Amino acid sequence: MTAGIFSDEHAMLRKSIRVFVEKEVAPHVRAWEDAGQIPRTFWRRLGALGFLGLEFPTEYGGGGGDFLSSVVLGEEMARCRSGGVAFSVLVHTDMSSPWLTRFGTDAQKRKYLPRIISGESVCALAITEPGTGSDMAALATRAERRSDDYVLTGSKMFITNGVYGDLYFVAARTGPGSPERRHDGLSMFLVERGLPGFTVSRKLDKMGMRASDTAELAFVECPVPAANLLGTEGRGFQQLAEGLQRERLMAAVLALSGAAQALEDTIAYLRERTAFGEPLAARQALRHRVADLATELEAARQLVYRAATLYAAGEECVTEVSMAKLFATEVANHVAYDAVQMHGGYGYMREFPVEGFFRDVRLWTIASGTSEVMREIITKRLL
Amino acid sequence: MRILVAVKQVPDTATQVKVSADPRVIDTTGITWIISPYDEFAVEEALRIKEKRGQGEVVAVSLGPERVKEALRACLAMGCDRAIHLNDPAWSDADTLVTAKALAAVVRQEAPQLLLCGRQAIDDDMGAVAAQLAELLGWPCAYWVMEEAIDADTKTVRAARQVEGGLEVFDLPLPAVLTAQKGLNEPRYPTLRGIMGAKKKEIRDVKAADLGWAPEPPQLSVVTLEALPPRPPGRIIQGDVPTAVKELVRSLREEAKAI
Ligand SMILES: Cc1cc2nc3c(=O)[nH]c(=O)nc-3n(C[C@H](O)[C@H](O)[C@H](O)COP(=O)(O)OP(=O)(O)OC[C@H]3O[C@@H](n4cnc5c(N)ncnc54)[C@H](O)[C@@H]3O)c2cc1C
Ligand SMILES: Cc1cc2nc3c(=O)[nH]c(=O)nc-3n(C[C@H](O)[C@H](O)[C@H](O)COP(=O)(O)OP(=O)(O)OC[C@H]3O[C@@H](n4cnc5c(N)ncnc54)[C@H](O)[C@@H]3O)c2cc1C
Repeated sequence: MTAGIFSDEHAMLRKSIRVFVEKEVAPHVRAWEDAGQIPRTFWRRLGALGFLGLEFPTEYGGGGGDFLSSVVLGEEMARCRSGGVAFSVLVHTDMSSPWLTRFGTDAQKRKYLPRIISGESVCALAITEPGTGSDMAALATRAERRSDDYVLTGSKMFITNGVYGDLYFVAARTGPGSPERRHDGLSMFLVERGLPGFTVSRKLDKMGMRASDTAELAFVECPVPAANLLGTEGRGFQQLAEGLQRERLMAAVLALSGAAQALEDTIAYLRERTAFGEPLAARQALRHRVADLATELEAARQLVYRAATLYAAGEECVTEVSMAKLFATEVANHVAYDAVQMHGGYGYMREFPVEGFFRDVRLWTIASGTSEVMREIITKRLL
Repeated sequence: MRILVAVKQVPDTATQVKVSADPRVIDTTGITWIISPYDEFAVEEALRIKEKRGQGEVVAVSLGPERVKEALRACLAMGCDRAIHLNDPAWSDADTLVTAKALAAVVRQEAPQLLLCGRQAIDDDMGAVAAQLAELLGWPCAYWVMEEAIDADTKTVRAARQVEGGLEVFDLPLPAVLTAQKGLNEPRYPTLRGIMGAKKKEIRDVKAADLGWAPEPPQLSVVTLEALPPRPPGRIIQGDVPTAVKELVRSLREEAKAI
């Protein structure tokens, strides 16, 4: 997995994170899955080890690394056998806070980055609403300028890290779009937990990713200081679209690395389990299925690495990222289905990690842009 | 205060070791290499001593082929200041004494006040090099150290070593050799900053000739490596309880010789 696009330094970072995940994450994920949340102490530990600020500038306490360092983080976190733990961590590091380094002012970075990097402030991204998800331009949460504040009213749905988070990257409408330019008039805000009028309406109960908390949020006349506008007023859609490339790559990385782990677990199981007088691993029907899955995984991985390389180089890569997100998350679901199947009745039991992966990975063709939305993006560029 | 840490690169504990076509060596294809875990405790302790004192230098040293650089780079990423690699085909079949002699020559050049090692390397479990080094250098030595404290004027180290049922505490005049036991500390993970910083640190290659080394044949050589015979399968004793218990006791006594 380390050949090709990764350097010796990435390999060392991988080793560090792998040992950490084995020693300090994997033994606890079952308890965190049951609790439906990750302890604060874990966030602080991640921060102390520098894993929450791999790419952030060193002057704020970050690691000054490149995008592939984050890919390594995603791949190794996903091997803890809890999709939810990896998801929550990567929402913090890659699906929310990078907007701050990309679009934030110096004052905003000085105020928030050190706490994000140390794990003191857990971040969430709030775009989706009860009434709209895929159609981002239809967002209805309003932000009205009143003297020194933007006053937010509306609600947000399916927000990861939303129940226990501290800092929310919220998309809201500051002005109307036009029928021709529906996505005009959106803006992004840094919203701190505890502002008046901002509440967690409920913690959502879900199929998988159970260690990561998911919230519905309500904003009722919530005054957000104007200094917390992130980037340019009215350019929210464009800013979001830019950041979503990273988010989609990470979704693909998490899904694939989890699938690689599930396939490894399955191979070990096939070696161990005997039926009809020999190990299941001796059955050609199963051997060939393993070969097909490994081949699909490798093809998906190369597509993801290709998109990641373009993204890291700052090149135009929307088509490649969309293809990688589409293909990798569908392949990962295929692997999950077959991994459960090859475990027989045990694959359906909670005590076997493939059961959890099967539920967790189902998210990835939906969140961060559905497979249908990926196809829309790809075809728009083709015809 | 300068501290030297001797580390050995060994196959990962998760590796299924296989004997190669030449039955005197293992098949190294596909092996992931790590720093021997006890040596990692030694590195961590050296770094903690330096951090506690607010000054000093920690130097990692290893003998072995080119791949050993990876282990030394990991030491640098953890925080060691520089590294020395004893890298010469002349040492390719080194036994513990040859290794200790080569390391002793480096120790004399570097003149550290403390030499830290692991209590044994987890590949061949010889646990001999540190004692041989102490003998060659004429330094005091404590094995299986669980705690240590160096006095304010760097004259002695108080070392508590693990013995059956407790700790045995010694004061050793410096320079001295200590070997680390599990429990001494919890080694840190190299951070990305440490890893990036390691790129700028020196790994000095040392050849046998640089130490004025006259090639000497090892006194120990491996005749052959043999894999353990596969474990016989378990047996379920059938029958009613009184008979089964009798049969169990009989086989534990006569076959397994466990009671
Ligand atoms: C566990 C979980 C965590 C999440 N975390 C976050 C988070 O942290 N922050 C956040 O903002 N959001 C989050 N989401 C929301 C997620 O991004 C959305 O669910 C996703 O974008 C889809 O939107 P939707 O649910 O409104 O589905 P809809 O947009 O209503 O789509 C329903 C179906 O219609 C299809 N569809 C929609 N439009 C088209 C079209 N034009 N052509 C063809 N088919 C179409 C979709 O592909 C889908 O199959 C999370 C969701 C889940 C389940
Ligand atoms: C929720 C649940 C309820 C159940 N209820 C009952 C019940 O009430 N009573 C009862 O008796 N059982 C029950 N079962 C057991 C169920 O019938 C078995 O799980 C099923 O028969 C598969 O057997 P297995 O789990 O031992 O899988 P295995 O036989 O170990 O099979 C594992 C995998 O190997 C494949 N495989 C096996 N042999 C071959 C071969 N020769 N060639 C190719 N592939 C092969 C299988 O198709 C499967 O994909 C239940 C199972 C579950 C999960």
